[in-house]
Amino acid sequence: MNPQLTIVLVGACAAVACALPGTFLVLRGMSLLGDAISHAVLPGIVIAFLITNSASTLPVVIGASMLGLLTVFLIEALHRTGRVKEDTSIAVVFPALFALGVLLVARYTGQKDLDQECVLYGEIAFAPDNTIVLLGHEISQPLVVLAGVAVLNLVLILALFKELKIATFDAPLAAALGLSPVLVHYLLMGTVSVTTVACFESIGAILVVAFLIVPAATAHLLTDRLGVMLGLACTIGAVSSTGGYYLARALDGSIAGCMAATMGAAFGVAWLLAPREGIVARALRSRRRKEQFARALVLERLGRSQASHGELVAGLRWPEDRVREILAALTTAELARTDGDAFSITPAGHDFVQQVVGS
Amino acid sequence: MDFTLLTVMAGAGTLGIVAGALGCFTVLKRQSLLGDALAHAALPGVCLAFLFGSAVGIDPRHPLLLLGGALLTAWLGTLVILGITRTTRLKQDAALGIVLSVFFGVGIALLTAIQHTNLGASQAGLDKYLFGQAASLLPHDVWLMAGLGSLVLGTIVVLFRHFQLIVFDPVYAGSIGVRVRLIEVVLTSLVVVAVVVGLQTVGVVLMAAMVVTPAAAARQWTHRLSTMVVVAGIFGGAAGALGAWTSSLASRLPTGPIIVLWATALLLVSLLLSPRRGLLWAAVRRARNRRRIRAENLLKDLWRLGEHDGRGDVARAVTDVLAVRAAPRRAIDEARAAGLVRVDGSMIRLTPDGKKRAAEVVRNHRIWELYLSRRLELADDHLHRDAEDMEHALDTAVLDEIDAALGYPSHDPHGRPIPRGTTA
Amino acid sequence: MRASPAPAPPEATALEFHDLTVAYHTKPVLWDVDLSVPSGHLVAVVGPNGAGKSTLLKSALGLVPLSSGYVRVFGQAYDDVRTRVAYVPQRESVDWDFPASVFDVVLMGRYGRRGWFRRPDAGDRRTAREALERVGMAEYADRQISRLSGGQQQRTFLARALAQDADLYMMDEPFAGVDAVTERAIIALLRELRDRGRTVVCVHHDLQTVREYFDWVVLLNMRLVAAGPVDEAFLTEKLQATYGGRLGILETAATQLLTERQGRSTK
Repeated sequence: MNPQLTIVLVGACAAVACALPGTFLVLRGMSLLGDAISHAVLPGIVIAFLITNSASTLPVVIGASMLGLLTVFLIEALHRTGRVKEDTSIAVVFPALFALGVLLVARYTGQKDLDQECVLYGEIAFAPDNTIVLLGHEISQPLVVLAGVAVLNLVLILALFKELKIATFDAPLAAALGLSPVLVHYLLMGTVSVTTVACFESIGAILVVAFLIVPAATAHLLTDRLGVMLGLACTIGAVSSTGGYYLARALDGSIAGCMAATMGAAFGVAWLLAPREGIVARALRSRRRKEQFARALVLERLGRSQASHGELVAGLRWPEDRVREILAALTTAELARTDGDAFSITPAGHDFVQQVVGS
Repeated sequence: MDFTLLTVMAGAGTLGIVAGALGCFTVLKRQSLLGDALAHAALPGVCLAFLFGSAVGIDPRHPLLLLGGALLTAWLGTLVILGITRTTRLKQDAALGIVLSVFFGVGIALLTAIQHTNLGASQAGLDKYLFGQAASLLPHDVWLMAGLGSLVLGTIVVLFRHFQLIVFDPVYAGSIGVRVRLIEVVLTSLVVVAVVVGLQTVGVVLMAAMVVTPAAAARQWTHRLSTMVVVAGIFGGAAGALGAWTSSLASRLPTGPIIVLWATALLLVSLLLSPRRGLLWAAVRRARNRRRIRAENLLKDLWRLGEHDGRGDVARAVTDVLAVRAAPRRAIDEARAAGLVRVDGSMIRLTPDGKKRAAEVVRNHRIWELYLSRRLELADDHLHRDAEDMEHALDTAVLDEIDAALGYPSHDPHGRPIPRGTTA
Repeated sequence: MRASPAPAPPEATALEFHDLTVAYHTKPVLWDVDLSVPSGHLVAVVGPNGAGKSTLLKSALGLVPLSSGYVRVFGQAYDDVRTRVAYVPQRESVDWDFPASVFDVVLMGRYGRRGWFRRPDAGDRRTAREALERVGMAEYADRQISRLSGGQQQRTFLARALAQDADLYMMDEPFAGVDAVTERAIIALLRELRDRGRTVVCVHHDLQTVREYFDWVVLLNMRLVAAGPVDEAFLTEKLQATYGGRLGILETAATQLLTERQGRSTK
């Protein structure tokens, strides 16, 4: 297979595999557990690597990801002693495990094909060279594993869609329906662990966090519906990872690093321009709201008794021009009417106040 | 000890003291992962500063230049985190994760791009910001660290009461005229400085632990903020110096991870052994309590058997007694060791001490049941389980008061007599 | 505390809200509230959940941005009279696992009064100790705050406010989740403050005790529904207007009780 295409496909498969569980991490407010797992699986991977000289066969992936589950368990156990808060528990457990992993890497660097930098950002460029023979074709092993994990995650999420949805948005209801929150939690964390380990060789322990969280967070800004969000997260992840590859070629820099950067750029665009959640949309909404408030406040006064421009300025202590502007707008919209100097409220004006205040 | 090692130990120790002391505030403010995100966000700054230095022709590896770049992007990272949480529906965790991973990705992309250009051998120097390279610390690096560290510690001393107040009760702080936002900005800036100071020693990835772990350990030893700050500084400094020393003992022992593992070891010791919060003591207390409860239950069962068949405290078959609640055999050994029962072959009976204690336990149980039934109007079938837990926990003084308040009743809600004194 | 009972502050009005509107995001929390609270009273702020009661206090303390209108405390901007005001936040708003003793927390009441960069001196410590005595917590001065009961936490907060030696006390639900003994102790203390000419404004939830505890009341549900002496403002129809259809079982019972009392008093 064409090496370029292989790399693009590996990136896209990693992005899809990560975005699926990542969406639930973001929705459940557990993004940092993903961060913790991705760091903490390192010692498991190193040990697996030292034994088998490869980190990307499925048994190794599953074996090493047990450490991810252990991390989640340790974080919870430490938190539950009541001696440290949850965020602190995360922040002390994963660096310790990661430090252990780095120490192992340093001890054995050179003896095996493993070095410190690879831990941080992987080497997706080697993916085309690491091949196995499948159905008579020579094919990249990381591609096979990542595609496998992506399909696995997809099947799992489709099969448990309803359960995951209820457990994420209405935990009490889930418990009442007999869905064990603990089981759902550990299933999700197990998925994150397996995915992280599978991604390790290509994108490293830290950049995988970008793959898990950033496309999912971007999708969250664009939609309210879970199904749509999952689809969007996968698409955004795959498209930006492909974009990242070409950016890396232009820059002659790390491919995985550039993929994370393009994901960040995609998030930035959504943050600015998302139709409802974006900064621009929010600013416009807030300005409109402020204007409505001002009009409703003026109407509120007119509702008590009719008043002249001068009286309103004195009462509200707003600038004269501002009040004149609002009165003009109100009369045009027939929310208020004028009778010589005096302004008074119309029935439509009463409705308007009700609508602004009551919402 | 040679001079190089002393230099490295001094540098790592300084970093530990500064990060540890400052970490107390971030840990108490529940922002433990802020340091992690900021450390990652500093990486692109280091690379950009290097590129800038190369472009304008000043020494691109000058520590002040690189620190300046790191400060800049770490600060930018803080602003982005704040911006995301303020203006979108995303929560703090997602904001931290986004900044951490994207900034780091940009940093890695720049770093590798620099490595692939021919900006000279100097590029190699940037690698050390990933995992740190304490061995590369030179005296002037340590002086720089000490200078920035003094700045951080001095600010903590001067603004101690401000920090205490905005961490404990920010709303109240605002009401008495503290400019909460401003103080928060100062605090975050200090974290940025401490993180950046640590980059060269432990690297961006492990910096989080230097901020959080010593503070979490110190919290176990004290209930005063000022003491906690001092202890965290000592723990951090000790982890730094010990780590630097340990890693000099053999080759291929990178300093950063070793320092973090030392700090983690200090935390584990603190969690287990600190005098008031130690988990070991708590476990010992729990075990002792369980033993006491087992013994008391045994006494109660003996008493009840006596009530049930009206034969009082005659000797009974051990197997019958244990069968009441499927108690383990060692309950009897423990009660015998405490002098509460006498065992004679396969028969068991209460000693006078045991009888007195049994009467107390039964009285407590029944008075508590009566109290629940009368005052809280709990249904009869709920009473027993609650009383089972409380009879062991309530002290006698409290029960005397309840007894008095109930008017010294003679029978429990199930109509069984409440023993008073040793004669039931 | 001051050596002799201080005379009532010369200002007749403790708090003035002028056409105050406050909004979080796009939803108004307080709408066009126009209110003045006379000084020297024990004032309850009453209304359903989400009615803007806490926000009303916070707006006076400059803790929330105002969409329109303004607030005056003793006729001045809050920043100019800050040392005459003490605020007691909701007990649940802080993490009681913070490493501090009861005395440390009470001493915080002196921070705003003396220079921020000076260590609290003997006078500050004495004031803090006296405040603890007045709330009956003197023997708990060295107790870790993580080991206090709800009532003791509330008393600690109260002592911190007393240590500020203010003319106006603003308290957010001082009776929430405290035991009966503490509730009686707190109300006795608040009355004593009132009798010495201080003004006390409490966000209050228990309609049944309004009449007994307070002499002035503010009924709030985003808009101001009524305000005035309890006898004039705390009336069934006003309460119904405040709570709308949202009167819970307890509130309904309280309203019935009130109606009966009113019926009796008119006979």
